[in-house]
Amino acid sequence: MRYALLVLAFLAVLAVSLLGFRGATFVKPPIDVFPEWAFPGMKRQPKYKPQAESKFFADGRTDRPLPPGVVASSYGPAGQPLRDDDHLYAGKTATGAWAPGFPAALAIDRTFIKRGQERYVIYCQPCHGALGDGQGITKAYGMGATPTYHDDRLRQMPAGEIYNTITHGKNTMLSYADKLAPDERWAVVAYVRALQRAQQGTPADVPAAQQKELGIK
Amino acid sequence: MPKLFPKSANRLPLQILTFVGVLGGLAALGVTYYMTPKYTRVGYAPVQPVPFSHQLHAGQLGLDCRYCHSNVEKSGHANVPTSQTCMNCHNQIKPQSPLLAVVRQSYESGEAVPWVKIHSVPDYAYFNHAAHVTRGVSCVSCHDRIDQMETVQHAKPFSMEFCLDCHRAPQEAVRPRELVTNLGWQHPAGASGQLRDGQKLVDDWKIKPPQSCSGCHR
Ligand code: HEC
Ligand code: HEC
Ligand code: HEC
Ligand code: HEC
Ligand code: HEC
Ligand code: HEC
Repeated sequence: MRYALLVLAFLAVLAVSLLGFRGATFVKPPIDVFPEWAFPGMKRQPKYKPQAESKFFADGRTDRPLPPGVVASSYGPAGQPLRDDDHLYAGKTATGAWAPGFPAALAIDRTFIKRGQERYVIYCQPCHGALGDGQGITKAYGMGATPTYHDDRLRQMPAGEIYNTITHGKNTMLSYADKLAPDERWAVVAYVRALQRAQQGTPADVPAAQQKELGIK
Repeated sequence: MPKLFPKSANRLPLQILTFVGVLGGLAALGVTYYMTPKYTRVGYAPVQPVPFSHQLHAGQLGLDCRYCHSNVEKSGHANVPTSQTCMNCHNQIKPQSPLLAVVRQSYESGEAVPWVKIHSVPDYAYFNHAAHVTRGVSCVSCHDRIDQMETVQHAKPFSMEFCLDCHRAPQEAVRPRELVTNLGWQHPAGASGQLRDGQKLVDDWKIKPPQSCSGCHR
């Protein structure tokens, strides 16, 4: 009896020393307690999931790129199947020049600019900085080319051209079209305009009630 | 006639019972400890093709999770970023770094970077990021402090119990939407404040996470 229990205790110690404790870091794929070969088709059903691997396609991906020339039939918002509003989708007027203002389809109000601010902080602030002065965190690491928004060229720049910079990038700045939908890009443009305006404040812009508080006469 | 069994054999049935009892107990302990996701998954940190550090990018540089995982609020799948996303910066920051060779090659050739997937739920269960993130469930509830991890590590078990624990008491986790990607945030008034404000959000947004089987096994 004693020997049997001793052997058991030894086996338990052996198991613990081989298997270790919970929470230890490891690099091999996790052990499957109910493996796929014993229970086929449960955990891994024969279907494609996003960004997964495919043995069928030559490039090994389940996400298929669009063949060239394809126009999706439900690309735009409901009731407007094609992206044929050039101002909204390309930032251009009918003559092909950069559109100076915002598309008529969008209501420019406080929530719109708030949305733009939220998106700006995520996608632009790392380089262009919270103030739009080009002093984002990445400047110290070598992104020297990031310009400030507060010079005359960018203040005069038509909104459509800024929209185009977000959509297609410009020189060393790459495109953000995959991260921002067209209406979000316009919201960011609106916030860039708000940043530019904020740097040009005059004492007259401060509401009368606050002028005294801030010591402005 | 000589004795067939020695006297000690009288104790044998009891001894066998004890032995089987101890063996069964140990086996049960072993199974619960070693065959559940808390052991099999937690701590999984595969070697990635590029030694990408969340601690540097999300923690030190302060990049928002959505800069890279840009679909997390919009779709069920939280995308791993394209190599263009890396090149946004790395065309100028450390453009020659040998560590980034795989990314540069992928950007030029259009082939995918072979990132190893870490977290996954089995196909018989349904999970959706947007449904959680837009309802104020922070990444930290399920992925822990990614912004402090040098290499991503599976930190929570992702067992069915783990999902249900929160679905039964969402007020312990929900927070205002704009704080979802702020992993270090904790309610300034501590646990009681979280419960109070969490309950308020649950009531305001009519949050009702599914607890019936068909909610997740659909
Ligand atoms: C990874 C860093 C980075 C991010 C993020 C970034 N930019 Fe830029 N941006 C640059 C650089 C670098 C330039 C200068 C490009 C050049 O002319 O070489 C630039 C230039 C610009 C310009 C001026 C273009 C011109 O015609 O001179 C605008 C406008 C602009 N960015 C807007 C944005 C907006 C809006 C966002 C957010 C969606 C954004 N940028 C995000 C790096 C960045
Ligand atoms: C600079 C881009 C970038 C940022 C910012 C970023 N990530 Fe990631 N993330 C990645 C890449 C690339 C991977 C895949 C490689 C890896 O697992 O390390 C990844 C992987 C992950 C994974 C594991 C995915 C899997 O395979 O299961 C999680 C979870 C994750 N990130 C969460 C976050 C959270 C939470 C944040 C915000 C604090 C964040 N990430 C910010 C680029 C980023
Ligand atoms: C917002 C800009 C930005 C983005 C986007 C970005 N990084 Fe970085 N990355 C940096 C900075 C800054 C450093 C630190 C450079 C230093 O230490 O001088 C860095 C360093 C690195 C390093 C270490 C390089 C070395 O030689 O030490 C790796 C690897 C890396 N990043 C991978 C990635 C990958 C993969 C992605 C895409 C998922 C990515 N980065 C996206 C800014 C960025
Ligand atoms: C309620 C829990 C939960 C929350 C909150 C959560 N995740 Fe996840 N995450 C998961 C699960 C479960 C998976 C595995 C999904 C699968 O296999 O389909 C996962 C997978 C991922 C992946 C790998 C790609 C994928 O979708 O399979 C990334 C990247 C990721 N999460 C990032 C994030 C980020 C960033 C946030 C915060 C904005 C976040 N997650 C919030 C549970 C969560
Ligand atoms: C930290 C809390 C938390 C965790 C952990 C969590 N959930 Fe949820 N879940 C929620 C909340 C909150 C909702 C939103 C309910 C609502 O919108 O009414 C939700 C909703 C859902 C929904 C319904 C989505 C829809 O589109 O109707 C599913 C399915 C779901 N969760 C699955 C899971 C699975 C699977 C896991 C485990 C991997 C998990 N959840 C882990 C909090 C959580
Ligand atoms: C919140 C979502 C959710 C709900 C509700 C839910 N499940 Fe699950 N279930 C899961 C997930 C996620 C897994 C996968 C766990 C894993 O991989 O370890 C799972 C796994 C299972 C398994 C496989 C055994 C295991 O744990 O791996 C069974 C059986 C199961 N569920 C039955 C049920 C039944 C019966 C109900 C209703 C009483 C139910 N589930 C409700 C999410 C859910």
